[in-house]
Amino acid sequence: MSAVLEVSDLQIQFGGVKAVDGLSFVANAKEIIAVIGPNGAGKTSAFNCITGFYKPTGGSVKLNGTDITGKRPADIAAGGVSRTFQNLRLFPDLTVLDNVRAGMHLYGGQNFLDAIFHTPRFKRSETLYTDEAHYWLDFVGYKGQRGVPIRNLAYGQQKQVEIARALARKAELLLLDEPAAGLNHNEKQTLLELVRRIRDLGTAVVLIEHDMGLVMEVSERIVVMNFGKEIAEGTPAEVKANPSVIEAYLGKDDDANDEEEVSSRGDA
Amino acid sequence: MSENTDTTFAPPPPRTKNTLGARLTAIFENKYIGWPALGIALLMPFITASAYSLNVMTTALIFVVLAAGLNIVVGYCGLLDLGYIAFLAVGAYTAGILSKMFELPVLFTLPAVIVMTVLAGLLIGAPTLRLRSDYLAIVTLGFGEITRITANNLQLTGGPSGIFGIPSFLTIGELDLQQPVIFYYITVVMVAGLVLAAARLGKSRLGRAWRYVKEDEDAAEAMGIHTYKVKLLAYIFGAVWGGFAGILFASHLSAVSPQSFLFLQSALVLMAVVLGGMGNMKGVVIGALVISLLPELLRDFAEYRYLVFGVLLVVVMVFRPQGFWPARGYEPERKMTAVDAAVAEGRSR
Repeated sequence: MSAVLEVSDLQIQFGGVKAVDGLSFVANAKEIIAVIGPNGAGKTSAFNCITGFYKPTGGSVKLNGTDITGKRPADIAAGGVSRTFQNLRLFPDLTVLDNVRAGMHLYGGQNFLDAIFHTPRFKRSETLYTDEAHYWLDFVGYKGQRGVPIRNLAYGQQKQVEIARALARKAELLLLDEPAAGLNHNEKQTLLELVRRIRDLGTAVVLIEHDMGLVMEVSERIVVMNFGKEIAEGTPAEVKANPSVIEAYLGKDDDANDEEEVSSRGDA
Repeated sequence: MSENTDTTFAPPPPRTKNTLGARLTAIFENKYIGWPALGIALLMPFITASAYSLNVMTTALIFVVLAAGLNIVVGYCGLLDLGYIAFLAVGAYTAGILSKMFELPVLFTLPAVIVMTVLAGLLIGAPTLRLRSDYLAIVTLGFGEITRITANNLQLTGGPSGIFGIPSFLTIGELDLQQPVIFYYITVVMVAGLVLAAARLGKSRLGRAWRYVKEDEDAAEAMGIHTYKVKLLAYIFGAVWGGFAGILFASHLSAVSPQSFLFLQSALVLMAVVLGGMGNMKGVVIGALVISLLPELLRDFAEYRYLVFGVLLVVVMVFRPQGFWPARGYEPERKMTAVDAAVAEGRSR
């Protein structure tokens, strides 16, 4: 297996706050990695560093061995990274199909002269864009109307379209930021199955998730973050048994040593 | 994400057929709607061909090109440009100066005008497009005024009195294409081509990229769209359209002076785009015609005509803030034959 994504000692600081402080993990092709942690643990910040929306203050991000740390988001996307956002970031006034076509911008296939003169090349490329858009919408199991503005759609459908858009990018690495947020039980099961199918395409999938059940079920490896630091990494079983993970999620036992608590506060 | 859940059964109500509104929509959204419009433009001289009406109609058509160009910048890409008239100035001055200096027909200055407007677009766009929304508007306003004041003070541009006695558009043997009727038809053809080209650009890969940038810059960037380049391209295309308008403008008036490039003109072009319906080229053409023709039709009101004009604009904006004919985000659903379905089914990545 080859490492698609290699994050080493990633750091980002906003003023005095270290949102991400030394995160390292590797994602391989055909693998599902989950990044979990309590609210404010720095998961989304880490995603934004990897995709170039934030410039990391330390550490490096490598994509297929090439250093992409701090590059422009568009260049990183062109390098083979695709993502979804925590709160849907679709193009609300555009149609479902146009939204998915956004993921295909890098296919090229036409220039402005082709567009102005409607050359055969232009028509071929537009047909390709439309066919691909339908293909990816089918792939994610989208069943609604496709020629209507996306702002009219239900939330679950919008989430599907966002994933279809990210898939149309045909990237080697897909970052999903809380794909299950706001979905009901049935929808989560469908999502689980979808994530596995995406992995089977040969994509490395990294997902941020709150739903522990879903994470434990779908991911091959889990990275746990708390207060910007990486506190554990391993298979779901290993992570479940890790005492610091339990502490981060459930809190410390009340009877724990007071001295230890004082000293840890002193550190912060 | 599955069929039997509460989130999937809420498709927008399908547009009901057979109502008057639906029928009108079907007529207006027809892709051949441009042909009757072109027909009307071609027939107009048979209805009225006085020197005055030809002058008004030609001016209105030039204004349509300007609105089409600004629609690329504001309507497609969402960049509020308050100094757009600067590109008309660059085009008109380049055409006027070169044709006078080398005694060339104005048409032959076209390549130079395109080069100059592309350069102007780059020069003004490159520094300003790093800004967003309000800041961009203010800075473009500044550049618009800078262009006019520079023209007002340069020797080359003839200072405040400008350039006059610009040669004919083109003379073929004895035939002077500058004659009002012929020039009107030349304008009709050029304007039709430019409007069609702008509309087609809007429905291409580049046009979609502009709309993505307008709707959500970050999401566009995440999909690999280099937003800065895309915005710069919108600016350059807008500038070139302004240049084409400039050639027609210089030729039509055979004179260019700084008084034609006031901020008011930029505001009027923007008004045409907003009034017509941002992002929809058909609407923008209507908007441009209304803005340029209405003051002429209101001549009966004498000195009150601009007051009436202003009141009408306010009324339209109150009752139809999205413009006469806004962009409609609809496209056909999939039409799938059995063969297509089988192909899609059996298709691997």
